[in-house]
Amino acid sequence: MELQHITVKVFVEDACQPDLETFINIFHAWIQKERLDELLIDVADYRHVRGGPEVLLVTDQADYCMDSADERLGLVYSRKGPANGSAQERIGQALSGALKACRLLESEYDAGNLRFSRQNFEVLINDRAIAPNTEDTHTQFLPDLENFVSTTFGCGFQTERETDARRRYRLRVQLEKPFELESVLKKLS
Amino acid sequence: MKTSNSLWTKKLAGKIDPRLADEIDEFETTIDLRSQGKVDEKLFAETRLRRGVYGQRYDNGQRYDGKQTRKLEYEERHTKGPNTAWDAPGMQRIKIPYGGVTPEQLELMAELAEEYSDDIAHVTTRQDFQLHFVHVNDTPAIMRRLAAVGITTQEACGNSVRNVTGCPFAGVCRDEIFDVTPYARAVSEFLLGHPDCQDFGRKFKPALSGCRQHSCGLTTMHDFGLEAAVRQNNGTEERGFRLLVGGGLGAVPHQAKLYDEFMKPEEVLPTAQAIARVFARLGEKKNRNRARIKFLITDLGMEEFKRLVEEERKILPPDPKWSELMQVAESTETPLKPGAELPDGALDNEDFRQWYDTNVRLQRQDGYAVATVNLPLGDITGDQLRDLADIVREFTNGTVRTTVEQNFVIRWVSKADLPALHAALNAVGLGDPGAGNIVDIVACPGTDTCKLGISSSRGLAAALRTTLAENFFNLDQAVKDLHIKISGCFNSCGQHHICDIGFYGVSRRVNGYKVPHFQVVLGGEWENNAASYGLPVAAVPSKSVPQAVELLTDRYVKDRQGDEKFKEFVKRIGKVEVKKILDGIGALPPYAEDSSFYVDWADPREYSTEDIGVGECAGEVVSLVDFELAAAERLSFEANVALDEGDPQKAGETAYRAMLRAAKGLIKIEYLDINDDPNKIVSEFRTRFYDTEKIFDPFAGGKFANYLFAAHDRQGEAYNAEKAHHTVEEAQLFIECAHSCYARLGPEVS
Repeated sequence: MELQHITVKVFVEDACQPDLETFINIFHAWIQKERLDELLIDVADYRHVRGGPEVLLVTDQADYCMDSADERLGLVYSRKGPANGSAQERIGQALSGALKACRLLESEYDAGNLRFSRQNFEVLINDRAIAPNTEDTHTQFLPDLENFVSTTFGCGFQTERETDARRRYRLRVQLEKPFELESVLKKLS
Repeated sequence: MKTSNSLWTKKLAGKIDPRLADEIDEFETTIDLRSQGKVDEKLFAETRLRRGVYGQRYDNGQRYDGKQTRKLEYEERHTKGPNTAWDAPGMQRIKIPYGGVTPEQLELMAELAEEYSDDIAHVTTRQDFQLHFVHVNDTPAIMRRLAAVGITTQEACGNSVRNVTGCPFAGVCRDEIFDVTPYARAVSEFLLGHPDCQDFGRKFKPALSGCRQHSCGLTTMHDFGLEAAVRQNNGTEERGFRLLVGGGLGAVPHQAKLYDEFMKPEEVLPTAQAIARVFARLGEKKNRNRARIKFLITDLGMEEFKRLVEEERKILPPDPKWSELMQVAESTETPLKPGAELPDGALDNEDFRQWYDTNVRLQRQDGYAVATVNLPLGDITGDQLRDLADIVREFTNGTVRTTVEQNFVIRWVSKADLPALHAALNAVGLGDPGAGNIVDIVACPGTDTCKLGISSSRGLAAALRTTLAENFFNLDQAVKDLHIKISGCFNSCGQHHICDIGFYGVSRRVNGYKVPHFQVVLGGEWENNAASYGLPVAAVPSKSVPQAVELLTDRYVKDRQGDEKFKEFVKRIGKVEVKKILDGIGALPPYAEDSSFYVDWADPREYSTEDIGVGECAGEVVSLVDFELAAAERLSFEANVALDEGDPQKAGETAYRAMLRAAKGLIKIEYLDINDDPNKIVSEFRTRFYDTEKIFDPFAGGKFANYLFAAHDRQGEAYNAEKAHHTVEEAQLFIECAHSCYARLGPEVS
């Protein structure tokens, strides 16, 4: 399986209830200050819909989105352009993209009142041609993800697979203990 | 851009209608050719537009970031149209004739929104879907997946026949004259890709309505509007249509004019074809601002226009489809469950009652109702689309349609199921009340994604919706019943002329700063198929629009006489008085005191109009001959590929087809009705271009034309590698010769 278009969602901690409008301002400022490596294009506001994208930053290689699908707010990094390297390197690239954005958001959101989970995240493959949500995909993908998680976080973990076959292939990862953001980002760099 | 696009070609092989498959293959080849610089950018732009592949804001490679206009340095250097970067995100429009979709199609739409767009599908005011932030290279895969569930994007944009809209209540409406659904399907099928509809100077929009009094079809604002009608003929009721032509909104709105009080169904398609021919032949091609058919009719006068159409009608080659397609039965929809009454006490539940009051419409069939799913700003997520598909399956036999008010309607719901349906919709965030009401605001994309947007129509719509919804159940019923529609500029995509309170985006300079404003448009009418258009009254700052709505509606409630409609109220008190109501809200605090007025809704950038670009609504004027010659080039390229792949038979035959196509293009300069019969093409070409020496090269004479004749004579023979190689070379030379001939003879079009 030629793994591409990996999406990672890092959840906002349950205790935080951020004002979504603030993300519009932050994302526009990122464009102005070129805070990310990609070509930053525009911001889209979807706060009027429920259970989906809320505020979106569009770039040429990936989309960054505050998203409330499945009734859990989080930062979604969705890779659009092709990624290189092994499957594990590609997962690492997507996780790194998400965590870097989370770090920036935590530092820029009002008075540090935003914190992303250090124990939970989701990995999704946004391409049904490559990875339909089937047992076969799961069999092929799971070893790469397990190896990646073990190597990167060095702790026990559990995974939970998306059960609706119509939705995209997705694994929710629950780590046994929280990770330290800087050291994970260093490992992934 | 997806790396897996080619996988869909394999996965869906044999599952797509061959005509659609060929159409998509051709488009994909044209994308390849354009990326190699082998297709002119204007031609490519119109080619992609005719497949619904539209440009989007900032695709000219620059964006104002609030302080300065910044270059967007896309990697790819070639363009997908004039001043349009290849890698810039664009929009894919998807045609849904009369809004009819199936649960399976909703599920596919969810997949496409998730994988190629931003997880949002947008329902438009023409009952289409739109996906935004799409890469042009992904569009053939999107089209293949759509085609596999019976949907085409063909002619969704560009100078073509756009989606045929139709009343979403057709067939179940209590006071319609008859169900127009089968006729809408026939009109759509007949005009799609029709040869006589390929040479327009601008777009052409048809609509069908089951009556005259409601607004569901909006026939008076269409180029070609059909309203159901009946008459008595020897004691028998005879069906027909009242035909209106030349309507349209845009910057200069025109009410459609009556063409025929009663047209028999079998005359509808040939008349549409004759109108298309007259429009193609006489419609403006150079001045894009006067190229819609409404201007042609105004210039000619209805009498002369009608005379020309009737003349054309007489000489049309008969087409069996005229009657075959229109010999239609009633719609074949059936209910899933027996019709039954609402359970006792259901309306005691306040949430349900509020939704029932605004979102439920009883069908003419006893025991059934239509439920409207109110989409905020026409947007729906991928998950919600799947949920909606499940709900539609649970309660009906898959009967769901999109509406021109950017919503869905679920038809054939047993009234007994309405509480359960509402609960199911509520659970997935689709159970909001207020459908067709003041909170159900229609807005075009505006500055969010449109290149022409001046002010944020969606931002304003979202803000107004929030404000009004908070207080909705305290509003006077007369206010609840009002319609608000918003366009981001004067081009009326938000249909601001045909509602009670309309707005369109403008810019004003205040205190030395540019400030987003909206013109308030009053006096329009939504009912009676949009029977009258509003006029601008005053420009108010964008951030003051909620206050303007409050002032206008308060005054309406206070001074309304009896059952006076808002339009009548405005007329009675007069525009001077209306202006007085709005006086005062135009004055802004200094920037230093409150800068919030100097930015647009949900956009912290200091307001600017620097991002306005060149729109693609008008498409590019590309002649039929240009299209045929481009198709010939594409076939020549495919012949080359076949040669490389070691398939001389395919190479030789394809090269021959390339020559035929180029010849057909030239023939169209003189004879539009040329068909695809090779013998006919060669014969017409010989008579019109060879015998007259029009095709002769100044140095080589008729040499290149003879390549076609020779290849034609070789039909059925086997090609070896050498013969195929020669034919491929000859085909390219013949195409070059055709281009030269067209340059000498063709009409001059800028």
